Amino acid sequence: MASPTPHQPWTDPQAVPLIRFEGVSKRFGDFVAVEKVDLSIFRGEFFSLLGASGCGKTTLLRMLAGFETPSNGKIFIDGVEMTGIPPYERPVNMMFQSYALFPHMTVAQNVGFGLKQDGLPKARIADKVKAVLDLVQMGKFATRKPHQLSGGQRQRVALARCLAKEPKVLLLDEPLAALDKKLREQTQLELVNIQNRVGITFVMVTHDQGEAMTMSSRIGVMNTGLIQQVGTPVDIYEYPGSRFVADFIGAANMFEGSVTVDSPDHVTTTCPELEHDLTIAHGDSVPVGSPVTVMVRPEKMAVSRDKPAEGLNWAKGVISDIAYLGDVSTYHVRLASGRKVQVLQTNLRHTDEQPLTWDDPVYLGWHPANALVLTR
Amino acid sequence: MILYSLLALAYAFLYLPIVVMVIFSFNASRLVTVWGGFSTKWYGELLHDEKVLDAAWLSLKVAMTSATMATVLGTLAAVVLVRFHRFAGRTLFSGLVTAPLVMPEVITGLALLLLFVAMEHSFGWPAGRSMTTLVIAHATFSLSFVTVVVRSRLAQMDLSLEEAAMDLGARPLTVFMSVTLPLIAPALLAGWLLAFTLSIDDVVISAFVSGPGATPLPIVIFSKVRLGVSPEINALATIVVALVGVAMAIAGRVALNREHARPA
Amino acid sequence: MTPRLGRFLVGLPPYAWLALFFLVPFLIVLKISLSEPAAGIPPYMPLWEWGEGAALEIRATLASYAGLFGDELYAYAYVNSIRIAGIATLGCLLIGYPAAYAIARSPTAWRQSLLLLVALPFWTSFLIRVYAWIGILKTEGLLNALLLGLGVITEPLQILQTDLAVIIGMTYSYLPFMVLPLYATLEKMDLSLLEAAADLGCKPHQAFLAVTLPLSVPGIVAGSLLVFIPAVGEFVIPDLLGGPDTLMIGKVLWAEFFDNRDWPMASAVAVAMLVVLVVPIMLIQSARSKAEESEG
Repeated sequence: MASPTPHQPWTDPQAVPLIRFEGVSKRFGDFVAVEKVDLSIFRGEFFSLLGASGCGKTTLLRMLAGFETPSNGKIFIDGVEMTGIPPYERPVNMMFQSYALFPHMTVAQNVGFGLKQDGLPKARIADKVKAVLDLVQMGKFATRKPHQLSGGQRQRVALARCLAKEPKVLLLDEPLAALDKKLREQTQLELVNIQNRVGITFVMVTHDQGEAMTMSSRIGVMNTGLIQQVGTPVDIYEYPGSRFVADFIGAANMFEGSVTVDSPDHVTTTCPELEHDLTIAHGDSVPVGSPVTVMVRPEKMAVSRDKPAEGLNWAKGVISDIAYLGDVSTYHVRLASGRKVQVLQTNLRHTDEQPLTWDDPVYLGWHPANALVLTR
Repeated sequence: MILYSLLALAYAFLYLPIVVMVIFSFNASRLVTVWGGFSTKWYGELLHDEKVLDAAWLSLKVAMTSATMATVLGTLAAVVLVRFHRFAGRTLFSGLVTAPLVMPEVITGLALLLLFVAMEHSFGWPAGRSMTTLVIAHATFSLSFVTVVVRSRLAQMDLSLEEAAMDLGARPLTVFMSVTLPLIAPALLAGWLLAFTLSIDDVVISAFVSGPGATPLPIVIFSKVRLGVSPEINALATIVVALVGVAMAIAGRVALNREHARPA
Repeated sequence: MTPRLGRFLVGLPPYAWLALFFLVPFLIVLKISLSEPAAGIPPYMPLWEWGEGAALEIRATLASYAGLFGDELYAYAYVNSIRIAGIATLGCLLIGYPAAYAIARSPTAWRQSLLLLVALPFWTSFLIRVYAWIGILKTEGLLNALLLGLGVITEPLQILQTDLAVIIGMTYSYLPFMVLPLYATLEKMDLSLLEAAADLGCKPHQAFLAVTLPLSVPGIVAGSLLVFIPAVGEFVIPDLLGGPDTLMIGKVLWAEFFDNRDWPMASAVAVAMLVVLVVPIMLIQSARSKAEESEG
C-alpha cells in the first residue's frame, strides 16, 4: 500500500540504515520502559512502532527526538551518534499527539517557527510556509489562530510545521488519535501520499493496528519494552514470529500440541484438543517431541456441512454462536473436546439454500499451508 | 432561597462598611452620625496635605519597584519548582517560597528589621531605614504570592508546547522567551498586580522597615486613624476604592474579551 | 552553556534572595532573643565577642524567656490571642460556609462574578476596611445611632475598644480567606453524589450532613487555618478596634519593640509565637504541597 513499486532496502544486506538503535535501554527508576532495542530504519521508510499503551513505543520515539536520554546503548541518525545532542540540534522533527500548536501564534507563524530558528531570511520563510501550507491544503488558513481551526485542520498544520524544516526523519506520535473514525481513515491515505511526495522518512507510534497495517512499509511490534517482531504488514500478519504477535495482530486460533513428524516440507503435530493430527506445510524445522503452538487465522478456515477433501486438516464440531457483521460472519464452533474455534466466512450470497445456524453439526477445514507452527 | 438570603447578607457584611465610608467622605460635617450636607471639601484638604501626597508618591514608587522585583524572582522560583524536579535543597527551597504566605506579619517585619540593622552594623549597608529597605521587604513577602499564581499556570501548561519549540530548533532561552513567557503572561500580570496591591496596602512590615525619611502612605494613614475617625481619611479611602474599582473593571473586561476570543 | 549551568543560573536568584532575606533574619531573631538588652544602638549586647587574649566570650541568656514565662501578662496575651482568633475563625466559617455553598450551587455563568465580589474587598486597602468599622462601632457611631433610633436600646453600647470589636473586625477582614478554599472544594464536588444519596432515601438535610459536609472538610480545614494563623499574630485590628486591655501577642510584640525598645524581649515573643503557630503552619504547608504535587 505504502508504495506502488516495492522498495525494500531491509532485504539488501549492503543497505546503510538511516536510523540505528544499538542496544538501547531506558529505565525510569525501577521501571524498564525500553529494553535492549536493536533496530534499523532505512531512508524513505514509513516505519510504525505498534503496541499497547505503556509498551515503550513512545519512549523510544522520544529518545529519537532527544527528549529522553537512553540509559544504555546508542542511537545513530545518518551515521551520527546522537548521545548528548539536544533536541534543537537533531535533524528530526516531531508531530505531537496533542499537536502542540502554539496558541498565541497564527498558523503561518507556527509553521514558520522552526525556519525562524534556523535564521532563514523573512522572504524565504514566507515562501516555504506558503508552499508547505499548500501541500497540506491549508493555504487559506494562514492567518488563523489554532483555536479557530477544526481538529483535522490542526492536524494538518502540525504536519506542515514539521515538514517545513525538511527533517531527515519525521516522528509522529499517535498522529491520528484525536480525529474521529471517518476522518482518521481518510487521513491515513493522505499522510502516506504526502510522505511519498516529500520522500522524508516517517517513524510513527500508534496503538491502532489497522492504522499501522494501512500506512507502514514496516512495523515494529512492541511489548513490555521489547521489540517482539519487525516486518512488513504482510510478514507480521501472515508469519507472526511468536504467540504474542499472532494474538496481538488480528484474531488467531491457537492449538497447543507437540511434534510427531518433522520432514523437510512439513511437520505433523498432535493436539489434545483435536481428534486428528495436524499437518503444517510451513515453519522451521522442529525436533520431534517439542511442544509447539499451531496457529490458524479464522479467515483461513472453511466451515461446511460436508467433510473437507482429502489432504486438508479438519475438525468436527457444533455451531455455538454466529456473529453476523453484514459482509462477513464469524462462526464460533465448539469441538468435541469443548474447545471453541473462530471461523470467518464471507457472505457471498443473499440467501444460502439452507444457511448454517445454531447447533448445526459442521466440519472445519484448512489447508496445511494456511497453518503456522510457533515455538515462542 | 434561604441560601441566597444568607449570601446576600454576607455581601452586605462585606460591602456596607465601605459604602458607609464612601458616603460620609462627602459629608460636610465632621461627625459620623450627622449629615451636614454634600461637600467635597475633604478631598480638597487631602490634595493640599503635603505629607499625604509625599507618602502616596513614595508608596507608589515602592509598590512598582517591589512588584516588578517580586514578579521576576517569583517567576524564576515558580519555574524552579515546576520544572526542576530533583536538586539539592529542594525541600528547603519550597518551604522558603511558601513560608511568607502564612508567617504573621509582625514576625516577618521584626526579622527583616533586625537583619537590616545587623547588616548596617556589619558593613554599613543599607544605611538606615529608607525606600531601599521598604522595597526589599515588600519584594520578599510578595514574591511568594507571585510564585503561587505563576506556579499553577505553569503547571497547567502543556509541556509538549515547549518540547515542540525545542524540536523545531529553539534553544532553551528562546523557548522560554517565545513560547513559555507569552503563555504565562496573564499569570505574570495577575502576580504583579497582587504584589503591587500587597505592597501599597502593607502597614505592619512597613512600620518596622520604614524610617523618618521614608514614610509610606499606609503608615501615615495608620497614625491618623489611631487618633480616631477623620473625614479626610474617608475621602482618601474613597479614592482608593474608586481606583481599585476601575482597575478591576478593566481587568474583568480584558479577561472577558479573552474568553470570547476562545470559543472552545 | 550546559543545561546544568542554566538551571543553576535560573535557581540562584530566588534561592539566594530568600535565604538572605527570609531564612537569615529568623536566625537573627533567634540569636537576639538570647541576648541581653542594652541602652544603645542597637539596643542589645552582642551574643559573642572576642575578649582579652583572643578568647571567645559567649554571653547567651535566657533572661527574656524567663521574663516571658514569669509574667502572667504574656501568658494571658497568648491565650487571649488564640481565643479571639478562634472565635473569629468560627465567625468566618458560619458566614463563609453558606456563602461559599450558595456560590458553588449558583448558575455556572454567575459563579466567577459572585466569587469576584467576595475577593474584591481584599483588593481595597485592609487598613481602610478596618478603619471603616470605627465609625460604625463607636459609642456615638452609626450602629448605636441606629439601635437608639429604633428604640432597641436606651443607652449606647460600648462595642469599640472591646474584644467583640476585634472579633468583628477579624471576621470581616479574613472572610475572603475562608470563602475561597471552601468554594474550591464545594465546587469540585460531584453533584450526582447528592442524587445518589436522595435515591437511597436521604432527605436533603441528611444528605448534606452525610455527604456534603464530610467532603468539604479539606476546605474547612484550609480556610480555618488561613484565617486562624494571621489572626493570632494580628496587630492592626486589636490596635484600632480593641481597648487597652485587649491583649494580643502581636500588640505585645509591637509594644516591646517600639515602646519599650526591648529588642531581645520582642524577639523572644516572636519565637514563642512561632512555636504556638508551628503546628498549624506545618498543616497548611503540607496541604498546600500535596495540592501542588497533584497539580503538576
